[in-house]
Amino acid sequence: MPEPIRPIAITAHTAVSALGNGLAEHLASLRERRSGLRENDFTEEALACAIGRVDGLESRPLPEPYAAYECRNNRLAWAGLNADGFLATAREAIERHGADRVALLVATSTSSIGATEEAYARLDASEMPADLRRSEVHTPHSLGLFLERVLGTRGPCLTTATACSSSAKIFAKAERLIRLGLIDAAVLAGVDSLCGSVLFGFNSLELVAPQACRPFDARRCGISIGEAAGFALVERDGPARAPRLIGWGESSDAHHMSTPHPEGLGARLALEGALARAGIAAADVDYINLHGTATPKNDEVEGAVVAASFPESVRASSSKGWSGHTLGAAGILEAVITLLAIEHGFVPGTLNCEQPDALAAPRLALDNEAREIRIALSNSFGFGGSNCTLAFARGAGA
Amino acid sequence: MSALELCIEGIGFWAPGYPDWNAARAGLRDGTPADPAAPAKPSPAMLPPAERRRAPQPVLLACEVAAQACAASGHAPDSLASVFASTHGDLIITDYMCSTLASAPRELSPIRFHNSVHNAPAGYWTIAAHCHIASTSVSSWHASFATALFEAAVEACAENAPVLLVAYDTESTGPLLAVSPATSIFGVAMVVAPAAGRAPTLRLALRGEASEASLPVGLPSDLASLAAGNPMAAGALPLLFALAAGGKARLQLVAGLPGTLDVELDA
Repeated sequence: MPEPIRPIAITAHTAVSALGNGLAEHLASLRERRSGLRENDFTEEALACAIGRVDGLESRPLPEPYAAYECRNNRLAWAGLNADGFLATAREAIERHGADRVALLVATSTSSIGATEEAYARLDASEMPADLRRSEVHTPHSLGLFLERVLGTRGPCLTTATACSSSAKIFAKAERLIRLGLIDAAVLAGVDSLCGSVLFGFNSLELVAPQACRPFDARRCGISIGEAAGFALVERDGPARAPRLIGWGESSDAHHMSTPHPEGLGARLALEGALARAGIAAADVDYINLHGTATPKNDEVEGAVVAASFPESVRASSSKGWSGHTLGAAGILEAVITLLAIEHGFVPGTLNCEQPDALAAPRLALDNEAREIRIALSNSFGFGGSNCTLAFARGAGA
Repeated sequence: MSALELCIEGIGFWAPGYPDWNAARAGLRDGTPADPAAPAKPSPAMLPPAERRRAPQPVLLACEVAAQACAASGHAPDSLASVFASTHGDLIITDYMCSTLASAPRELSPIRFHNSVHNAPAGYWTIAAHCHIASTSVSSWHASFATALFEAAVEACAENAPVLLVAYDTESTGPLLAVSPATSIFGVAMVVAPAAGRAPTLRLALRGEASEASLPVGLPSDLASLAAGNPMAAGALPLLFALAAGGKARLQLVAGLPGTLDVELDA
């Protein structure tokens, strides 16, 4: 088992998703149990499903200096960067630490593939149209190139693309870099945007629900896809009241490309790694933000792992009924939701779950619950069997 | 930034005409030309026969070089954390996905969709290797090799354990050729471990300044054309050239915009 780590401070965080723009709108949507899901109005070809779409991106082009990076995914990143004054806070930290002491760790599964899709839809004699013949938006690292240009960081700059665990894993990468003394801070960004690839791709796997997803409901039948941008600034030290990343665990299922290990072996290993690095026992955990995608298999396996590992006093829920599954952005969006739960002392329930699975039921919060949360976990599991669990605490010494 | 000290414990290599590290080393050191009789595509024995036939090129390439590096290192494939890196991901599948979405989106193949994720090679590798240890899949565009090597080094030093680095790119096609060019396939894998008291093979330090990296003078023509046609080869060959030559060397690798990975080598 790994040794406990020294916690790192999360000194700023924000998100833009179908729940809203910034922390206050996310908190209000969670408190008022207002889902961001709506009927699919994104794809030209009809596809009956619900989506978690961010409004207004179509009419908000990137500022001129960043025109080379123009695409939906980077517009969403820009919206996230400007929510809650995150950009100014990040720039201040980069100035304070020195640009070469700050890493830029980004995560995405879609990257700007939407721009490549659009170029193929508008081919001109088998060539991309001139306005989309920009290499910067046809690479998995598009988000990293854009944000590096905006922020001017000079530390390590890397895109992590491990499907739905991507933006959880960047927290672990930041902790390792800080622990080795290679950086003092990192800007973490997870951004995924709606596009044909994921909507029709998950549809081809028969994993998309015809209506809004119902995590952990006995009648659940698949995911709703959403989009989001999440940002976090992590630093070696921070004010005592700043929440901390206290542990992380990563693992591989080694089972199947698109279905979880039937006994949840990978999920369990990620969970155990997070608890060990945090130096805590399962009974110390107050809240778990579950991966909870609402596919029949994920929720069955994850529910069983949680039931086997935690006392009935723990509260667990999935927030996918609000946001949809934001794929590569899910890890950081749900980290932000978990931090809201910690800060405001409440457990968000599990929207759209009316008949909870028997196994998950005792620990699953359906309605929102007022509760002091000192320590919380967030699970993210992805295609290719890539798993990550993060552990957060309310502040220094929590 | 303080330097990370590592030992390279095993190397795997595959490119057309150079099916393993021994062949590549002979090419890099002595100018041995590409072997026209070498297999046209990698065929990793660890994959089940059906997957060996059907799996996409990046999966075959990554599994082949990863298995070679593990064998050379003496570490069991199920005992290593891994870092997989590609500049572009699978461009053949990207071309297929985007063409199909433009014409008949409902006909998208579910298998090709799940193979389209950037971590597909890592997924196939961990499944074939029965490896439950963490794996990551990364990209930093034209800096992908150096940043992934650095990430593998960070993981190795932070967790005090050997890490398998697998870096590869495959061919581009169709309209993508103009924006994401790649005309050949190339993969390299290395098992790197913290030096921990041993004489290090590698000392790595990253700095946020523009690099003066360039292809080595004297790179044989077959390997120079590989570098010209494959972004990962362009990123990795300067280090591999020095490794093949042996002895001490200092070099710079492109590690960002701007970014330089300073490498001190004692091979």
